[in-house]
Amino acid sequence: MQEGSATLRVHSIETMGAQDGPGLRLVIFTQGCHMRCVYCHNPDTLSLEGGTLMSVDALVDRALRQKKYFGKNGGVTISGGEATLHRETLLILFKALHAHGIHTCLDTNGLVYDEALEALYAETDLVLMDIKHIDDVAHKRLTSVSNEKPLKTAAYRESTGKPMWLRYVLVPGWSDEPEHLEAWAQHFSSYKTVERVEILPYHKLGMNKWAELGMEYKLHGVDTPTQASRQLAKEIFSRHLNNVVLK
Amino acid sequence: MYINPEETPLVAQKANCFTPGNWSVAVDVYDFVSKNITPYTGDASFLAGASAKTTHLWNLCREALKEERARNGCRNIDPDTISSITSHKPGYIDKDAEVIVGLQTDEVLKRAIKPFGGVKVVENAVKERGMTLNPKVIEIFKYAKNHNDAVFSAYDAEVRNYRSKHIITGLPDNYARGRIIGDYRRLALYGTAKLIDAKKADLAKLSGEMNDHTVRLREEIGAQLIALKDIGTMAATYGFDATVPAKNAVEATQWVYLAYLAAIKEQDGAAMSLGNVSSFLDIYIEQDMKAGVINEEQAQEIIDHFVMKLRMVRHLRPGAYDEIFGGDPTWVTESIGGQFHDGRTKVTKTSFRFLNTLYTLGASPEPNLTVLWSEQLPEGFKKFCAQVSLDTSSLQYENDDLMRETRLSDDYGISCCVSHQAIGKAIQHFGARVNMPKTMLLAINGGREEDHASEVIKGVAALPEGVLDFDTVYASFKQCMVELARVYAKSMYMIHFMHDKYYYEKAQMAFVDTDPRIDVAYGAAGISIIADSLSAIKYAKVTAIRNEQGLAVDFKTEGDYPKFGNDDDRVDALAQEVASFFAAELRKHTPYKNAKPTLSLLTITSNVMYGKNTGSTPDGRKGGEPFAPGANPMHGRDTCGAIASLNSVAKLDYRQAEDGISNTFSIVPKALGANREEQINNLVNLLGGYFSSRAHHLNVNVLDRETLQKAFEHPEQYPQLTIRVSGYAVNFTRLSRAHQQEVITRTFHDAM
Repeated sequence: MQEGSATLRVHSIETMGAQDGPGLRLVIFTQGCHMRCVYCHNPDTLSLEGGTLMSVDALVDRALRQKKYFGKNGGVTISGGEATLHRETLLILFKALHAHGIHTCLDTNGLVYDEALEALYAETDLVLMDIKHIDDVAHKRLTSVSNEKPLKTAAYRESTGKPMWLRYVLVPGWSDEPEHLEAWAQHFSSYKTVERVEILPYHKLGMNKWAELGMEYKLHGVDTPTQASRQLAKEIFSRHLNNVVLK
Repeated sequence: MYINPEETPLVAQKANCFTPGNWSVAVDVYDFVSKNITPYTGDASFLAGASAKTTHLWNLCREALKEERARNGCRNIDPDTISSITSHKPGYIDKDAEVIVGLQTDEVLKRAIKPFGGVKVVENAVKERGMTLNPKVIEIFKYAKNHNDAVFSAYDAEVRNYRSKHIITGLPDNYARGRIIGDYRRLALYGTAKLIDAKKADLAKLSGEMNDHTVRLREEIGAQLIALKDIGTMAATYGFDATVPAKNAVEATQWVYLAYLAAIKEQDGAAMSLGNVSSFLDIYIEQDMKAGVINEEQAQEIIDHFVMKLRMVRHLRPGAYDEIFGGDPTWVTESIGGQFHDGRTKVTKTSFRFLNTLYTLGASPEPNLTVLWSEQLPEGFKKFCAQVSLDTSSLQYENDDLMRETRLSDDYGISCCVSHQAIGKAIQHFGARVNMPKTMLLAINGGREEDHASEVIKGVAALPEGVLDFDTVYASFKQCMVELARVYAKSMYMIHFMHDKYYYEKAQMAFVDTDPRIDVAYGAAGISIIADSLSAIKYAKVTAIRNEQGLAVDFKTEGDYPKFGNDDDRVDALAQEVASFFAAELRKHTPYKNAKPTLSLLTITSNVMYGKNTGSTPDGRKGGEPFAPGANPMHGRDTCGAIASLNSVAKLDYRQAEDGISNTFSIVPKALGANREEQINNLVNLLGGYFSSRAHHLNVNVLDRETLQKAFEHPEQYPQLTIRVSGYAVNFTRLSRAHQQEVITRTFHDAM
């Protein structure tokens, strides 16, 4: 099989992404995820089936068509679903993008960690690492899985010396306890590769999708975080980490 | 135009220490600007805020605007005085506080009557406002012919039929054609006396054997000489001697405004644009600042007071006009920025000062501030433009690199929304636009109109039953476009022939070279519907659902097909092909005055009205639903995000549509980035990417849909909320409810 004809299971494409990584970006949302986060705003990307199979060539063509918009710091971000489920194909894609001088970025929950992932990270200019909770019990409640692997994956990225942004979704009653925020920030305080920390306040835009998919949404009655709680989270993070951004 | 160099140096003021050049011996403003401009490559930090006088005056204007809104959009009319350069006494907002003076009538926001376009239209417009046109005016036009009557005396049955069936729409046959930009800078640089000398010299050369062309030019110059004399008279009523050049920044600005004021007292074209005056005025401001005569606050004050006047420009319009041009626009388009051919930037501090009026006076649709975008623009200016867009949604952008390369001039302005004009060297004859989707329906219905079954185009074969065949439909559509181009060209010839005869723009043309180049600006609406319809027929299965008369009332589409706005060449190529085909057809017909045919892909706000008058189309759009504005993809069909959508529009070839390709972009602030700095940088990159893809035009709106919803419900709380629509800006609250709804439901790029 020619490398360019390798396919990626794509849920959707956003050609004007300004939320997932620096600058203007082509964001490719892949299909499939092993976590079951209660607040997931893209539940339609969870299933490992579905989506559209797109070739690496077609995706590179997409990226080249908008290269003029990338400016100094834009590029391509792979998000999901969970992008690293597709690590072999993404390695081919990222190599091809690098051959065209395009910046690569991966938005991940860190759940996958193996040799193939290490190879992919080597071709990834920036990792957006979403560590959803520092307390393992709370992490399981929030995502259905343990945080052991994500933390290990983050530590691996740190060991490579290559840049990483940390992300944290702030959900009232689920992930906004000050002591845990403090512990989360402390855990990463010694990391040298973290260039930026993003707090993503929970929003309800994905709520309707759950009903459409016939899935039970557990956050009914949970409101978006108050301004005060957003500011508090930022303040706590900023005690230990630089460049904390509230989105 | 040459002025005898031996007799008198053109600018005699000793105080002025401008670098001389060809401009000193001939009418050549470009040479003056090129030799004396001080390009500015810094950021916006030098700008000053509003002075006390400015705030005081703007408060008075806001009161007047409030009264205008309370009186259903028209504060007052003078129904007795036929407007001319000298018709009205001087008008002031508050004379003592005004640094720049002059109003169209004796009172702010009082509209004047201009019956030479069509006296019936004026009569109705006055009547609609509960007033009565002075019977003397009607009496006068029993003896004098007006443009409207003249055009209709020439129209043939074909033109009337295409017109009444809304296939050719918005023709300037009952109002002024507008669009012509005078080089209003000339009054400041030369004064009327020198300009009269120059025109007289032109006249003297037009002798010998006579032909239509020469006689017409002689008559035109005669009219221009009267206008120049009248402008001197009008200036004198305000206490100025505009027979001589302006001596300083205040005078230069005042003179430029008086020249423009003459134009808008005489004419009420839909678009009465200003040109590119900011960097010209900067030369005088720089001079005064160097001499220590004014400081930054005073410089801003001069520009603020000028711009305030431009915001108060009004024309009397009938209600029906609002259906086509929502929001009472005047298109006082001022083009800012761009580069010289020699690589220097035309950005000056006064470029910034013009944009700064959106802060000192708040957001506003007029003047229609248009940034000429070049990759080479100074970074500080790019960022300031992006910031102003984020804060006010009041700017549009046009591709300077593309226009300089294609249209050759580096001293040009934008007329109306997207129309290029080399200032003082070329003009355009406005041609409104045709309804392309309706033309496609003619093709599908054997040349019959989809609503009333009456035959519009003869000899169009009925399509066979069953699934529409792409080649058959396309061939039939091309046949209809050929006919449409023929009838459209014919109507334009008659309109401009008559406009010259009965409503000649003597004030504007007094500031344009004698016998200038002319573009005849044709237009086409609904290109994205055409592309999607052809794509549906080609890539999916489309069957026409016909009524008992055999007319297609709806379409059944099976299967998916590529849609315009997703950067998909299969469909984007169809849009390009149709635009090129129609442009080529138009070029086959010889226009009045041997003008050069150009085409725009534009709708103004009439995308709503076009939709109302057009039945269901093969792309799945239901009868009555609005078109997309300009060359925009249809609402909700661009599913890959904003850049794919921009790329589709960028593929439309400007060389095939030299009158401009309009695209309106609306985005929520957060979708541009997490914070202000990111949003500014990303918008700069977005504009850079779009224009380096050879796109022509972009309106930028940065606002939340919720804001529009609130303004829809509580208009009184949002008097200055400005949004960009197709090629111009409007006060959102001055749009009709239907237009407001259309804007709210329009595609917003809100990727999160």
